[in-house]
Amino acid sequence: MATQNAKIDVHHVTRVEGHGNIVVNVTDGTIEKCEWQVPEAPRFFEAMVRGRHYSEVARITSRICGICSVGHTLASLKASEAALGIEISQQTDLLRRLLKHAENFDSHILHVYFLVAPDLLGVPSVFPLVPTHGDVVKRALRMKRLGHEWGTCIGGRTTHPTRAVVGGFASLPGGARSVREAEDNLRELKEKLLGAVPDAVATFELLGELAGGIPPFTRPTEYIGLVDDKEYGLYDGKIGCVMPDGTRELFEVSDYRSVTNEYMTDQSTAKFAKHNMDSYMAGALARINLNYDRLHPEAMKLAEGLGFKTLCFNPYMNSVAQFIEAVHNVYMSVGYIDQLLEIGLKDEKPVEPTRFGRGVGATEVPRGILFHEYEYDQEGFCTKGNCIIPTNQNHGNIQRDFDALVPELLAMDKTEKEMELMLEMLVRAYDPCISCSTHYLDVTFKK
Amino acid sequence: MAKVKCAWFDFTCCEGCQIELTNFGEPFVDLLEHIEPVEFREAMSEKTTGPIDVAFIEGSFSREADRRRLEQIRERAAVVVAYGSCATSGGVNALKNHTNDYTEEVYGADAKRPHLDSQKALPVSAAIKVDYNIPGCPIDKAEFIRVVEQLVHGTAKVYIPSYPVCVECKRRETVCRYDDGDHCLGPIALAGCGAPCPADGIPCEACRGMVKEPNEAAMELVLKENGNLPERWAKDKSRMFTANIRGDA
Repeated sequence: MATQNAKIDVHHVTRVEGHGNIVVNVTDGTIEKCEWQVPEAPRFFEAMVRGRHYSEVARITSRICGICSVGHTLASLKASEAALGIEISQQTDLLRRLLKHAENFDSHILHVYFLVAPDLLGVPSVFPLVPTHGDVVKRALRMKRLGHEWGTCIGGRTTHPTRAVVGGFASLPGGARSVREAEDNLRELKEKLLGAVPDAVATFELLGELAGGIPPFTRPTEYIGLVDDKEYGLYDGKIGCVMPDGTRELFEVSDYRSVTNEYMTDQSTAKFAKHNMDSYMAGALARINLNYDRLHPEAMKLAEGLGFKTLCFNPYMNSVAQFIEAVHNVYMSVGYIDQLLEIGLKDEKPVEPTRFGRGVGATEVPRGILFHEYEYDQEGFCTKGNCIIPTNQNHGNIQRDFDALVPELLAMDKTEKEMELMLEMLVRAYDPCISCSTHYLDVTFKK
Repeated sequence: MAKVKCAWFDFTCCEGCQIELTNFGEPFVDLLEHIEPVEFREAMSEKTTGPIDVAFIEGSFSREADRRRLEQIRERAAVVVAYGSCATSGGVNALKNHTNDYTEEVYGADAKRPHLDSQKALPVSAAIKVDYNIPGCPIDKAEFIRVVEQLVHGTAKVYIPSYPVCVECKRRETVCRYDDGDHCLGPIALAGCGAPCPADGIPCEACRGMVKEPNEAAMELVLKENGNLPERWAKDKSRMFTANIRGDA
């Protein structure tokens, strides 16, 4: 006998960044309402950058999000550099990739351990685990701290990085006053990264034990993320799409509007997006579906050990994809440090603008592909800004998952409480960053 | 001694200050010997309607709809701490306050939809009484812990420095941004952060606010004459984080 009546009203879902609501009403077997709502306060960043100098813009848009502030900084710098005709050096490119990997690791560890694991362990938060699973909590905090130290070494800070500026870096890794000291800082970072391998293995074992608690729900959808010639799409690349049948497409970053197609809905202060299908997914699962072959061999080994196969259509598996990426981040960064040390660090000044115009930049933040676009006047002051945030792009897909999942849960005779938990877990799996997603907008650039 | 019941709440912000709290690493477990988190939406599903010893509030007050929620926190909390610049001054959210068309700029034809209603960004203290302010974008972790220590041990006064960031640059022997061909708001910016930005080669943007009675006219002159900033930039420079503190606010 299927469940006939349910009334779910989760006001401000917990253990997610920002504010989202889940509302489901089922009466006599009929689903009257099933909504993912986004009531986050709008913040108007595109209006804030108007009139600001190019050297300040990334410092402002970094404040869109505390968790992905590195990603916002990098997308912003890339957009400004495209607008200002700046080509960055190889050293800057490598250091930025290192910084991007740090953020991805840092955020994924936070999400997998602090936001998702409590559901799989049947507790409301990480705090009750302190007495019962003290070693797990300490490991989680240790890994989180590593992500922070890694990003701080390169970016100066992980929340609103200081050193990454238009054209390059304002100071050397670790804030070193000499190249030799900076290289020592990188060597020390490499040792720390290699030292994290036992913690990664322990996490792998824990995930293996808990994987049975991941709901088996699947819903084929379109996946969108960066595809890079040089590595697994993360810092740079073209916009890649993969359809449920495996068909792939590539688009230039400057054509992002033809991919994101944002639209407004009354259930949200954030816009929704769609491409070939009526929604798509961005984030770790999208990236791994697009880039699986480019995973570091050590990360691929763990993926195989967890039985992870692409294309994966289960959104709950996003958290598993995040862990696989976190391991990939560690090994790739060790490689980048070796490369930087082999070339030899230089004390470079940031590259100066060669023109003032319009430009687009894209990078992957932990939650998916992020676009920034700016236009500058001839004195270098910003006249227009546009930021398209991954969580925005995922809101439509979360709604479609709800539409497919709720009837399945009713048919499985789930109780209201069980349904509520499954829906909350689904939202958490997307790792939404809602305070980011309410700063989008529909700005038309003059041709 | 009973643990101090602490709760965290967020309003209009990036939630970066609470992320900073997760960056302590293992020592965070030691902190839990002194405090008991009873509500923290981003980290825990537990909620409470009971009294709270210390409420930490992050984010600006930017919607009238949020006033009631703030009042309810105030009613339940013995001590209210606003932390992070969004909460202490409106922070970066106030950067748009001097304009009137921000909703149209961002939401275009959809601007009139009622759920997009938003007022100018204000500090938490514009809605409720705040006992202590911890400024910064983001907050300085060490300062946060010091304030928590002072609250846990019942120190009468929570100490936040009142001198400018320049003092901290001199103390750590950072080359002045002006000597490096750059500009900086250090002379009027409130210290306490340890001046990490100039040390990393970028200007201080006064994210913690300004010292008492700042000489804004002299600052503007320095930005123009020593920093070579054009007139409009020098005039607007400090708006990034101090829009609600400036003389023209």
